[in-house]
Amino acid sequence: MNQPIKPLNVLLKGLLLFLLFNLVIAAWQPQVGYASLYNVLYPGRERLPFGENSKQSYNLSLFNLDAMFTSHVIAGTQKADNEFRVIIIGDSSVWGTLLKPEETLVGQLNQINLNTCGKNVRAYNLGYPTISLTKDVMILSYGMQYNPDLIIWMTTLDAFPLEKQTSTPLVANNEKKVRELAANYGLKVEANDSNFEKKSFWKKTFIGDRRSWADILRLQIYGVMWSATGIDQFYPAEYEKAQTELAADESYHGLTAPLNENALALNVLEAGFRVAREIPMILVNEPMLISTGTNSDIRYNFFYPRWAYDEYREMMNTLTRQNNWQYVDLWNVVPANEFTNSAIHLTPAGERLLAENLAPYIFENCK
Amino acid sequence: MALDRILILAATSLLWAAFLRDRGKAWFLLITSVLVIFWLQPTLPIRGFDFWTPIATLVIVILTWYITADNEARSKRKNIIVLAIVSGLVLLLNLTRFLPTGFQFLTASRPPQLETTLLIFLGTGLTLFALSRLTHFSASFLTLGLILTIGLFLLIKIPALSYWLSYSLRAIAGQSLTSVSANDFRWLGFSYVAFRLIHTIRDRQSGRFPSVDLGEYLTYVIFFPAFTAGPIDRLERFIKDLRAPLAGLNLETFYAAGQRLLLGLFKKFVIADTLALIALNDTNATQVTSTFWMWIIVYAYAFQIYFDFSGYTDIALGIALLLGIKLPENFASPYLKPNLTQFWNNWHMTLTQWFRAYFFNPITRWLRSWQKPLSIPMMILLTQVATMLLIGFWHSVTWNFTLWGLWHGLGLFVHNRWNDMTKAKAAAWTTTPTKQTILYISGVLLTFHFVAIGWIFFALSSPTVSWQVILKLFGVQ
Repeated sequence: MNQPIKPLNVLLKGLLLFLLFNLVIAAWQPQVGYASLYNVLYPGRERLPFGENSKQSYNLSLFNLDAMFTSHVIAGTQKADNEFRVIIIGDSSVWGTLLKPEETLVGQLNQINLNTCGKNVRAYNLGYPTISLTKDVMILSYGMQYNPDLIIWMTTLDAFPLEKQTSTPLVANNEKKVRELAANYGLKVEANDSNFEKKSFWKKTFIGDRRSWADILRLQIYGVMWSATGIDQFYPAEYEKAQTELAADESYHGLTAPLNENALALNVLEAGFRVAREIPMILVNEPMLISTGTNSDIRYNFFYPRWAYDEYREMMNTLTRQNNWQYVDLWNVVPANEFTNSAIHLTPAGERLLAENLAPYIFENCK
Repeated sequence: MALDRILILAATSLLWAAFLRDRGKAWFLLITSVLVIFWLQPTLPIRGFDFWTPIATLVIVILTWYITADNEARSKRKNIIVLAIVSGLVLLLNLTRFLPTGFQFLTASRPPQLETTLLIFLGTGLTLFALSRLTHFSASFLTLGLILTIGLFLLIKIPALSYWLSYSLRAIAGQSLTSVSANDFRWLGFSYVAFRLIHTIRDRQSGRFPSVDLGEYLTYVIFFPAFTAGPIDRLERFIKDLRAPLAGLNLETFYAAGQRLLLGLFKKFVIADTLALIALNDTNATQVTSTFWMWIIVYAYAFQIYFDFSGYTDIALGIALLLGIKLPENFASPYLKPNLTQFWNNWHMTLTQWFRAYFFNPITRWLRSWQKPLSIPMMILLTQVATMLLIGFWHSVTWNFTLWGLWHGLGLFVHNRWNDMTKAKAAAWTTTPTKQTILYISGVLLTFHFVAIGWIFFALSSPTVSWQVILKLFGVQ
């Protein structure tokens, strides 16, 4: 027998169910990032999701590492017996700001068709466009599950200052992951680091955390446009070239000569090598623009005064020798005219040059 | 319309329906509608015009009522009260310019100087006074009203004229002329207002216009749930609901209205806005690299426009239902129709009904009245193409809307002829339910794809890019 519907009851029951759903989500915190249409319906992305203008870049920045990695091509590529898998971590210079996926360092390495120990070298871009060693280690620890044969860690002095380690949003929104790294690999993190975004119970509910849910959904939707166009960042028709006329400013993050090692996150490098375990890892001091313009006797570029950078290079040489880490200093291998909008962003030709300089070190690590 | 505004309007309507019931229903609808046309008007780059365009809407509606109303309706004292209330509301809104920043929440920007508004009042008052002195209302007033309404419509729909208008208004306002654009002058809701005005003028000309006072007429034309996106109701039907007593909000009405409102919100803000991320547009049309994905983004556009538009209709119907007004339906599963004629009978139904009543039928009658009438197929071709071209121009007078109108006009003609030729054969073939289903599904798929390809002209602004997209769809490029 059909009973008449009582709208008020429907409303109350609906509200109750919604409340219950929110409580369950807050208590359970499901790992929804693992569910992805990438590598199933769409091809995986060539680089980790990042984008500030989603409607033009068909990409977006989110903080869910599961969702970020499951959208990446590496998550959907079964490692073949004849594959020599190289993962490259680093900042925007690795990710490839202003570059198409095939123009990045990884793209160029794959185009060279390197072959070593009878295996085909296949590189994967795990760069992410913020500068922080801790961010790099966090991504590396996640990338380890994809069985790399070699890790290349591209870095620069600006990733070292202590205050930059946890302030980058990707790290600040992944406190649990960073704490795990601290517990397992000796990464030093302040117990009361205020950079971390604390999630209250309300923020963990579906309503409170709706932004994250929407971001994951949008990432899936933009997979259509990524597949349809191959575009994953906005390419402006024009951009401002990296600064070569510099201010007569010797300061660097409030530091003065000599460079104070205690103000740099050297411990993160150690943690990174522990994360890599027995997998060979090459630490690379990435190329940067060396200006010849105004005040270039004081500064190399917008980022670095000469004294700080020179001392950093010396320090890295000593540190890597002491720890027996593989280290390659490629700071000056790219001419100034092959930089784009920043002192660390390369043109396609600059990336090609860098790839050619790195190739011999990949061969050296063949097992 | 943004989600927060829809929710505010829905909540206001719900509260009124729940607590005040029938008391002051007509006044509530009138006052809210007047305020809402100011509230929804977007900011315009031409100084003062985001305040004056809603005033212009009110003035045009008042003058149109005056020339269409019968003597009995015109002589009601209530009209004076309505005029006083509407003027008072406009003046109050204008006076918010003297309040601190933040108090102008009902207008797009800080309202302009009071003098201009007072001048508009004076002009309107003098015009009404002059009209009231006329002892005999000639039909030519109605014709003039019709011409002026269509003229205004063309002014905002023809990009070259809109550009000229923006240029002139910027020059008058003493603003920079370097960044003039045809989009400077966005008169919110005027497309639908114009349809309602033309409908009432034509009905007055044919003697079918019901006797309504100024308040009722104003409420009909600017009824806030349907002001921005329709549906286009008919005056005589709307008035019946407006005049009917409202018993108050019972659970059945609340349930039906709420269901419709939620459905509309879901269609618009979940489905349509999600599809908008991947739907065909001027940018991605040239970026897509393969035929398969080109079809996907064309499909996405086809569904986005449907869910967007029908979502807004559901929202309008839901809010109106709370207020005791049962607006007409606008969509009835158009993509599930097996031919183009049925598609157009179920897509934006109130618009197509309007065109049928005020253009297609009169023009067909006129063609038939010729001493040497055209052949039937030629007559169908002319009327279908002309009607669809006009519907295209209603959106904007551009090459792409012309092509879209032609596409559908010719499509309707071809379907009409094909149906004529194959009706008997189709009936003879569809002897079993399976065959009927096959024919129906084939028809639905063919119609949907015809419509989807037509949307390419609708979504894009350039015929060249549209053609490139079509070539890509068929693997030619």
